[in-house]
Amino acid sequence: MAKGFVPNIKQLPKFMKEDPGILQGHRACAGCGCAIILRQIMMARRKPIVIANATGCMEVVTTIFPYTAWRTPWIHVAFENAAAVAAGIDAGRNKLQRAGRFSGDKDISVDYDVVALAGDGGTYDIGLQALSGALERWHNFMYVLYDNEAYMNTGIQRSGGTPFGAWTTTTPVGKKIKGKPLTKKPIVDIVVAHRIPYAATVSPAYWVDALKKFRKGFETEGPAFIHAYGVCPRGWRTDTKDTIKLSKLAVETCFFPLYEVINSEWYLTGPSLTIAKNPDRKKPVEEYLKLQGRFRHMMLPENKWMVEKFQELVDENWEIILKRAKNV
Amino acid sequence: MSKRGWREIPIAGIPFLKSTEYHTGDWKVFRPVIDGEKCIKCGNCWVFCPDSAIEWDGDSVPEPNYDYCKGCGICAEECPVNAIEMVR
Amino acid sequence: MQKVVKQRMMALNGDEAVAWAVKQSDVDVVSAYPITPQTIIVERISDFVHEGEVDLEFIKVESEHSALSACVGAAAAGARAFTATAANGLQLMFEILYITASLRMPVVMAVVNRAPSGPINIHCDHNDSMGARDAGWIQIYCEDAQEAYDSTIQAFKISEDPEVLLPTMVTLDGFLISHTLQNVSLLPEEVVHEFLGTRKVQRIKVPEIFGDKEVPLMLNPKYPLTFGPLDLFDYYFEHKRQQIEAMERAYKVIERVHKEYAEISGRSYGNGFIEPYKTDDADVVVVGLGSTMGTAKAVVDELRGEGKKVGSIRIRVFRPFPRELLRKVLSEFDAVGVLDRGISFGHFGQVYSDLCAALYGAKDAPMMIDFVYGLGGRDMPQKLLKKIFEEVLEAKVKGPEPVFRIRGVR
Repeated sequence: MAKGFVPNIKQLPKFMKEDPGILQGHRACAGCGCAIILRQIMMARRKPIVIANATGCMEVVTTIFPYTAWRTPWIHVAFENAAAVAAGIDAGRNKLQRAGRFSGDKDISVDYDVVALAGDGGTYDIGLQALSGALERWHNFMYVLYDNEAYMNTGIQRSGGTPFGAWTTTTPVGKKIKGKPLTKKPIVDIVVAHRIPYAATVSPAYWVDALKKFRKGFETEGPAFIHAYGVCPRGWRTDTKDTIKLSKLAVETCFFPLYEVINSEWYLTGPSLTIAKNPDRKKPVEEYLKLQGRFRHMMLPENKWMVEKFQELVDENWEIILKRAKNV
Repeated sequence: MSKRGWREIPIAGIPFLKSTEYHTGDWKVFRPVIDGEKCIKCGNCWVFCPDSAIEWDGDSVPEPNYDYCKGCGICAEECPVNAIEMVR
Repeated sequence: MQKVVKQRMMALNGDEAVAWAVKQSDVDVVSAYPITPQTIIVERISDFVHEGEVDLEFIKVESEHSALSACVGAAAAGARAFTATAANGLQLMFEILYITASLRMPVVMAVVNRAPSGPINIHCDHNDSMGARDAGWIQIYCEDAQEAYDSTIQAFKISEDPEVLLPTMVTLDGFLISHTLQNVSLLPEEVVHEFLGTRKVQRIKVPEIFGDKEVPLMLNPKYPLTFGPLDLFDYYFEHKRQQIEAMERAYKVIERVHKEYAEISGRSYGNGFIEPYKTDDADVVVVGLGSTMGTAKAVVDELRGEGKKVGSIRIRVFRPFPRELLRKVLSEFDAVGVLDRGISFGHFGQVYSDLCAALYGAKDAPMMIDFVYGLGGRDMPQKLLKKIFEEVLEAKVKGPEPVFRIRGVR
């Protein structure tokens, strides 16, 4: 199953029923895209996983004491250190495996994959140092960034992952400054600069693509990084039913291209590869923006330049990726 | 249920109840109803539900679990054959 | 009663003594970041690892914040974890100190006491670890390199005791202990192994999830537990109450471990909590922490030679604070001078305020005077310490005012 992992929609429900990893009854907002990502990580497991979760939405909504939604070993320590905690788990696991510790104890297993899970705040901003350190040290773990593009847990404040123009409570739409005047940090570029063996972007709408990438992340010897796109209806001011629609549009407009970076070589995947080969399929980004209340001000005639600027940023980024991609 | 004292809960802050004991179903305004006749069993509703509230064995018609369904409407939106209707 | 084992003597400084203790203690994961004057600890452990003399995972992290975070991860995974730091490094860990204790992770950390910035300084005072005294860690303050070695080994046993499950800080004075060579007796490695064993994992019951099964308190796919949930006003206090209880239970465990260790090593430090020196017939005593209390013994001898009835008491365990014991012991004296190598700005030194609280309302409570000294590594020569003793003797006659005195500053 290792190399040729093909997610099968007929078999996955049985697998998930037997060992769901995450349960019903968590308190993510209705329509939460990040909660979908959590389930997709679980669907892609090859063996048990242990999760080190940074402070953030997914940490909070799954573990409001005395309840836990996790049926997988899980730890939350703080905001900025998911990668460091995962590093410690990796090191501990390695030593315990090597020493054969607990091997005679049928109640304990030290055979698992390690996952660090953090939002955009915990990755782009406050957790970047710990992430960089863990990548440099080549820990054997998969870091999953669920990117909902702002500090949603504290009530929609801008982060390094917030895109240009977006309204947040700290980038309000004022008379003078309208939304975030700066752009989204190229986090995958930063991660890939560590020359790690595997990095990829996933959108939960393209779940087969996502599951394959999560599985590759698990299988990678050394650090793997997955940038997952997570719609936040509450913070983006979107209709809860539109989460998957937006997860598609982000890819179809090339705002969030899907690709893999294997040993520093870039490969487009799924619909992004199709668009690269058929450029006329690339949708205007306005189609993506207009569904979201956080960009509503940009739809006004006097702010039309913001949509144009947004489109330029998307095009620029897409061109860079096209140049890098080996399979185009 | 009266809240437990410090001697009666596990140490280290370990949660002692499963989230399944907490019903998020009362958050919803609209609930999905699946038309078994139209359903093609593609699994979209199951795979995209953020709340694992669509229960499915992979073969039969999926069933929403209203104890947990928050009524987001993703399943209805993503159903390729419009077999799911959101009703109040 | 076990027999004292034959030991090997090595000339080691305090940092090296700690590194040797780590080497011998079946530590699984070390995660640390270098900072003066702790660096020798991480250098020696690196030597041991790179020479293949010890099998542990040494995570050479990018910050102290990550150092302790990784220790928490490792400990949660079921490993025995150690870190070491000082001053600013400890301060960078501050957030994780509290979390380590609340997650009940038996991490052991050497803190090589150094004055916190600013201005930046590398020499000894106690304001770094004193700033962390409320974080929920056991704190053991050592007098010399030998004690740093002994206490580090004891710390694992104390921390991992199922009655306790709290992290422990073993502190040693920067440069004064960390960089000063001393003849240190090392136990044979197999004796340390036998004393500690490998890391055991506590079992707990979570009946609603696992029924009657007692499940290992670790990250374990067989019985998956959730560590570090969101804990609001309805249960947070109960979890803090459990930590209060664990600290209370630690008294007995610290005492027992100290005694068991004394039986095999032949070394003890008072009763494990406080180490009195020539106090039996003393009228006045000086109380303090760390290496200064070695100097104090010499001063006591000198003053005794002059016919003065003085003694000294070193507090070894600062958390849990041996309050009942000190309340009883100090009530025997007329006047007590408290040596504080730290200061809570706007109040007294930390040892003084804790002692005052412990002695409040005691029937025969002595007068107590706070002497703040030695900040930023300012020397405490024998002469100055003698003068402090004399001030306490004088206070016995003239009264304690002022009770807050700063000595050794221009």
